Amino acid sequence: MFVTFMNRESPLFSEFQRLEQELDEFFTGATPWAGGIRSLPPGTFPAINVASSPDALTVYLFAPGIDAKALEISLQQNVLSVNGRREVSQDSNATYYRNERFEGEFRRSIALPEDIDPDKVEASYRDGIVEIRVQRREASRPRQIEIH
Amino acid sequence: MNNQTNQSSQTEVARRGSNGEVTKEQNGRGATSESALRPAVDIFETEDGITLQADMPGVSKDRLEVRIDGTNLLVEGRIGILPQDQAQQPLYADVRSAVYRRSFMLSNEFEASKIDANLKDGVLTVRIPKRPELRPRRIEVRSG
Repeated sequence: MFVTFMNRESPLFSEFQRLEQELDEFFTGATPWAGGIRSLPPGTFPAINVASSPDALTVYLFAPGIDAKALEISLQQNVLSVNGRREVSQDSNATYYRNERFEGEFRRSIALPEDIDPDKVEASYRDGIVEIRVQRREASRPRQIEIH
Repeated sequence: MNNQTNQSSQTEVARRGSNGEVTKEQNGRGATSESALRPAVDIFETEDGITLQADMPGVSKDRLEVRIDGTNLLVEGRIGILPQDQAQQPLYADVRSAVYRRSFMLSNEFEASKIDANLKDGVLTVRIPKRPELRPRRIEVRSG
């Protein structure tokens, strides 16, 4: 039955599949470490995005409703680790229909490029996103060479 | 659709997001074609009403929409703090859309006009009370 469904809807489905594949290639192609051994299955809490610029890397952790002060963020060499806990208060008198939100302890590690400066890290928390900005080493930043 | 993107962002995803936003402003209606994230929710009912909590990290109050249309409750939000910096390139992304959207069917016993929504640290809490006449009543049994 599912096969017939797929066939009937095939232009749409194949379009989605193509898009997903393209996105995967787009994100993993540029950086081999994106498909790294520390990567976790989709839906893992918290979700992570990493953006790169010539002078810094910014890691975004999608961690709504946490106590950001209790987060443990550490950087060992180029591996960034974040440990934390999310409490979701439950009403014992209530009837639950859906309980999809993550609760409990979490830990995520991500390998950043090697040219980061572990001494220049700053983190902030806004609207449920933890933003961790790590500077790149001066020496590895692109430089304009002038011709005299 | 003929979109003019005047906000430039670096990621492919964010660029689509900007398009959606522009479309929305131009046409005055939601850009429903944009692929949206489905926020994780908890839904629970008490004697007084029903509560919905949704994880929408990155959404600020001004980018959130909670709308009731008949019996349909729509929750929609846009991630606002993703990089605006021109020089930023995506390296890795679990989150590949800038929009959260999910809708729910309400039933008649809820008073949609008395809905209360609150957003804190990316968690949306929506409370909808039940009509007083429809709340469960305890029936006292008299003896004698």
